[in-house]
Amino acid sequence: MTVPATLAEKIIAAHAGVTSVVPGQIVVALVDVAIAQDGTGPLAIQQLRDLGQVRVKAPTAVFFIDHAAPSPRAELSNAHQLVRRFCDETAATLSDVEMGVCHQRVAESYARPGELIIGADSHTCTAGALGAFATGMGSTDVAIGMAAGQTWLRVPETFRIEVDGRFPDGVGAKDLILTIIGRLGADGATYRALEFGGPAVAALPMHERLTLTNMAVEAGAKTGLVASDEVTRAFLAAQGREADWRALAPDPGAAYERSLSFIADELVPVLAAPHTVDNVHPVAELAGTKVDQVLLGTCTNGRLEDLRAAARLLRGRRRAAHTRLIVTPASQAVWRAAADEGLLQELAVAGAVVTNPGCGACVGVHEGILADGEVCVSTANRNFKGRMGNPQGAIYLASPLTAAAAAVAGEIVDPRELLGSGGLSTKGAHHG
Amino acid sequence: MIFEGSAHTFGRDVDTDVIIPARYLNSSDPAELGAHCMEDIDADFVARVRPGDIIVAAENFGCGSSREHAPLAIKAAGVSCVVAASFARIFYRNAINTGLPIVVCPAAAREARAGDRLRVDVVAGVVTNLTQGTSHQADAFPAFMQELIAQGGLLPYVKARLGAEGAA
Repeated sequence: MTVPATLAEKIIAAHAGVTSVVPGQIVVALVDVAIAQDGTGPLAIQQLRDLGQVRVKAPTAVFFIDHAAPSPRAELSNAHQLVRRFCDETAATLSDVEMGVCHQRVAESYARPGELIIGADSHTCTAGALGAFATGMGSTDVAIGMAAGQTWLRVPETFRIEVDGRFPDGVGAKDLILTIIGRLGADGATYRALEFGGPAVAALPMHERLTLTNMAVEAGAKTGLVASDEVTRAFLAAQGREADWRALAPDPGAAYERSLSFIADELVPVLAAPHTVDNVHPVAELAGTKVDQVLLGTCTNGRLEDLRAAARLLRGRRRAAHTRLIVTPASQAVWRAAADEGLLQELAVAGAVVTNPGCGACVGVHEGILADGEVCVSTANRNFKGRMGNPQGAIYLASPLTAAAAAVAGEIVDPRELLGSGGLSTKGAHHG
Repeated sequence: MIFEGSAHTFGRDVDTDVIIPARYLNSSDPAELGAHCMEDIDADFVARVRPGDIIVAAENFGCGSSREHAPLAIKAAGVSCVVAASFARIFYRNAINTGLPIVVCPAAAREARAGDRLRVDVVAGVVTNLTQGTSHQADAFPAFMQELIAQGGLLPYVKARLGAEGAA
């Protein structure tokens, strides 16, 4: 008889070649996908060369040039060159400057339900939305995972996050995950896996699930996971990868260290105020805060549906004169679909600067560094001091709707006030 | 592994963006990284720190990005080890992999004041505050990690294993 297992335990056991695992156990597990980016990749490559290892054993190994793409400085250009040369020499795949953010690209092209994915980027946990065990590590760990096709893992305890009810208009997955992190704290789930479920999560489309799992690490978690179901199948089919789908769910009776319950109907638009992600407040408490810049994009909220939601709120409106609006689609696929739909045009008409796909202004290297004393409302996942290139800047994290509303009002405002009575809804955006 | 130095104290949630801001990640050169260590949270840190000094912090030290440049920058700044109430998990792995000694010891972290002389025995897991005349037992490392630490990090560990495979 097998022991009932959480999603994380099931996937780890399958990759460790055992029938079951228990939290706290340390296993050596097979790696399906190993990724690095232009910030962490050069160090990973240096470690592989140190090891005398230019062979890549992991079935899928991809280097993404996304964090400073295209390169704004000669030193970074040289780092990019190092990555390109390594990919030329080995079985590793290159995702070059035009392709976009690694986590969005992994969801579109590489992750499969049930896989074990490691990445030299903390937001690698994003791929957990597809029912994979995906976790961030450092360059050395990922280098060795790539070369050996294996990694060591401590089996995490799992927190079950159960969400019931229906999301109100103007409130979505970003508000939910910020609310969860506000309750857990920035280290409330350290070393744990967050398993998201319940009727409200089952009803979420893939782009919203990706927002949830993307931010699991902001509570300290090792990963975030959602069961693989018909929504997952439909998403993979839309990427031309339906054959990669399989159903995967936790067992009834699986043991959770902690269970937290949320009611979607009770959620309101929230922001994470500077300088920690768990400093979460309802929009109402921060309303009136003057905003100099809005960033719509990133691996958290730079998907097509996010751009649609913002464009609908901006339709017939324009950004405030003192508020810059930067739109950075997460990937080339998102950029092209948004162009085909006319969204990029609409956003530009509303006063946005639409950039190339990539990490953009989120990492503070280029494309929107804040000035001293400036305030940014961003759809990203981190508001740490100095994150957007200037320790004198202040970052508030919010949903695409709240960000778009801030661009229009020039200050923090409840987006539902701009959606109008019975007007636009995030629901409409999901299916639009 | 016994280290002795002055304590440099920090609060909770010290993230990797302040340990080494992304704008300096164009280099993997430890000396260059060390020159900007903690710059956004404590501008004088690099000027003040003496070789062998010890960083002491509250909960969740090293949260945020997976950049391995963070433990590299701390080492290169001359810091001998980090004592904290708790560490974020990616930083914890990275510190062990890169050979930066870290010790989880909430009691010692709570008690230490800036400038206190500390002695840290990493193997025995004992943090002694020489200024205050106190001593605390730290959390023990799991056996697997002790092996990694004994080998000097993940890379030497794997090298040794590859060598053993090659010889077999």
